Amino acid sequence: MNGRPDAAKADTADVSVAATRTRANRRRGTGGRGAPFGFLAPAAVLFLLFFALPIGYALYLSVRKVQIVGLGLGADGREEVWAGLANYRRALTDSELLDGAFRVLGYGAIVVPVMLGLALFFALLLDADRVRGRRFGRLAIFLPYAVPGVIAALLWGFLYLPSVSPVHDVLDRLGLPAPDLLQGTPLYGALANIAIWGGTGFNMIVIYTALRAIPVEVHEAARLDGCSQFQIALRIKIPMVLPSLVLTFFFSIIATLQVFNEPTTLRPLTNNLSTTWSPLMKVYEDAFTGGDIHSAAATSVVIALVTLALSFGFLRIANARNRSEESR
Amino acid sequence: MRHRAIAVGTAALLAATTLAGCGSAGDDGTVHLTYWAWAPGMEEVVELWNEANPEIQVTVKKQASGDDLVTKTITAARAGNAPDLLQAEYQALPTLASNNVLADIAEETATAEAAFTPAIWRQVTLGTDAVYAIPQDSGPLMFFYRADLFEEYGLTVPTTWDEFAETARELRDAAPELRLTTFSANDAGLFAGLAQQAGAQWWTTEVDRWRVAIDDEPTRRVAEFWEGLVAEDLVDNQPMYTPAWNQALNEGQQIAWVSGVWAPGTLATAAPDTAGRWEMAPLPQWEAGENATGSWGGSSTGVTVDSDHPAAAAEFATWLNTDPEALTALVAASGVYPAASAAQSGGALSEPPEFFANQPDFYETAASIAAGTAPAAWGPNVTVAYSAFNNAFGQAAGRRAGFGEALATMQRTAFEDMDRLGFEVVQ
Repeated sequence: MNGRPDAAKADTADVSVAATRTRANRRRGTGGRGAPFGFLAPAAVLFLLFFALPIGYALYLSVRKVQIVGLGLGADGREEVWAGLANYRRALTDSELLDGAFRVLGYGAIVVPVMLGLALFFALLLDADRVRGRRFGRLAIFLPYAVPGVIAALLWGFLYLPSVSPVHDVLDRLGLPAPDLLQGTPLYGALANIAIWGGTGFNMIVIYTALRAIPVEVHEAARLDGCSQFQIALRIKIPMVLPSLVLTFFFSIIATLQVFNEPTTLRPLTNNLSTTWSPLMKVYEDAFTGGDIHSAAATSVVIALVTLALSFGFLRIANARNRSEESR
Repeated sequence: MRHRAIAVGTAALLAATTLAGCGSAGDDGTVHLTYWAWAPGMEEVVELWNEANPEIQVTVKKQASGDDLVTKTITAARAGNAPDLLQAEYQALPTLASNNVLADIAEETATAEAAFTPAIWRQVTLGTDAVYAIPQDSGPLMFFYRADLFEEYGLTVPTTWDEFAETARELRDAAPELRLTTFSANDAGLFAGLAQQAGAQWWTTEVDRWRVAIDDEPTRRVAEFWEGLVAEDLVDNQPMYTPAWNQALNEGQQIAWVSGVWAPGTLATAAPDTAGRWEMAPLPQWEAGENATGSWGGSSTGVTVDSDHPAAAAEFATWLNTDPEALTALVAASGVYPAASAAQSGGALSEPPEFFANQPDFYETAASIAAGTAPAAWGPNVTVAYSAFNNAFGQAAGRRAGFGEALATMQRTAFEDMDRLGFEVVQ
């Protein structure tokens, strides 16, 4: 059954080989030119669908607004109209957003140096010669990263609440003063602590991986020259893992600017965290409490631009310094 | 070709999701309605209706409660696939009506009004000629207290707010570690209820414009009263619904709670060791001898504009919330306190809640308190005002001062939000 048509096809092919050669060439030619687009298509389609399109939609929403008529009840109560840059003007002059940005700056000033300092410290410790329990240590430090942020915040929230915290209980019994971490300035420390606890492990792994990639001969040479472990770390290892430090710093800045889980989860436990504590919380509040997705879209765009400017600005400075060092 | 295939595929997918979301009439003329609700056991109550009404079949889809459902329904309505019916808290009705989610069912529900007190009915009409929902349950405010500890410290149950302050002072003097209750800034619903009792009308409609009156004389009175208590350290200033609060109630560090009629359920979870030691009394009054209270919580059943069968949906909503059989089932299965006056005592409510087994006349007392419920007046941006309450009063409670400015902030935030969106609004 199958043999005959195939054979027939083969015959025809043989006969027409010469006739179709030029056409085939041309076809192969266009196919060759089209192939890159074919290979690009999945990535391009995914990029358009899940990246460009949502961003475009957010931009579109941000230049629109809702206009209410009269009491605003019923079918003719509201319509969507062009807003121009009004939402952006409002976002940029919004004192709550600015206050939030400053709070996040203060929070970041604690989180980023402490977290990266600890990550580097642990990575160097684990990489030092004659360290025992390396695998266990690495896992133990990394483990908090596997705990979801909301759950981490809940866990720490319980530890912070004076009347239910076992820490406060112990301090009370020892007759030591137990500070209320959910008030005033200590609140920044309390929030930063959650992020540091969760983030140190991840950053440590990044730095540690870079440390392991340093050729053994390099420290051996240094040791033979009489370097102590401390000097090796300071003079050899840290300069050599500088690129991964830059990378972790870059990630940390972005994560800091997007802080949302910790303050949102701790908020019901205290009078001192407002619903607009961080810029992203402000976006959430506008969109889902105020029902104003247009303002929320404009604020999101502003935050995205600031994040881009800050993180790429930092990368540029870091790269420029690298280059100048290389040229020296 | 390929583009068209994708377009057709996408269209088919969208059509499928749209159809799945909506109620529709079957081939045999049966009307199918979907109902988004969060009340536990609602399926059992709806089953009664489905058995008796084969031509109108209702399907309950369980949802998250409160504001989450409001957001979800508004989003669904924008996409044109909101359910036929939904459960909505009273304070969300103006928001839903303003987003053109709720259908006006005044014509279909003309007979329902008689089953409710005017104060409750007003919440579903927003003071207009329209009817946006049928009231389901209500949460009149009451005073819950630890009867055993009141006796131990020689306290009497306060009947006025002045006595309430006095009781708080006596308790602190007798037991410096204990507080009568707390002023919590994390749920504006209680504060709103207390303001209603004092006569506040936060949002009202005047023909074709809104009036926002949050920073008004009655509310200011409530704010100043609690500021005095907090400033003098007669009540705590920490929020409710935290592990610390649960512990304070369970271990008797806070010995009273102003709350809705649904409090027994909350106390049973928050303070399980104190079963049988609480009692309920009317809310303290501003003037001796009055019987006024406010509401905290309560919800209604609305019909959406997306429904293809608004009349059938309205018929079901009316049955669910006014029919004696339905209400009995609702009380038994969902544990709600019905809004319909006739159902507030007797029937399923002849026994006290398990946690208050020591107070046999619990629901009789509750019904007499509920009769004095002051009308609540909600506007289209309650969530914005509530969030402003959380932030401004949170700060003020923490500082134990500045309640007046906090109230002014709340007023300004709510008014400016409406004004900015284009509402006709005055203050």
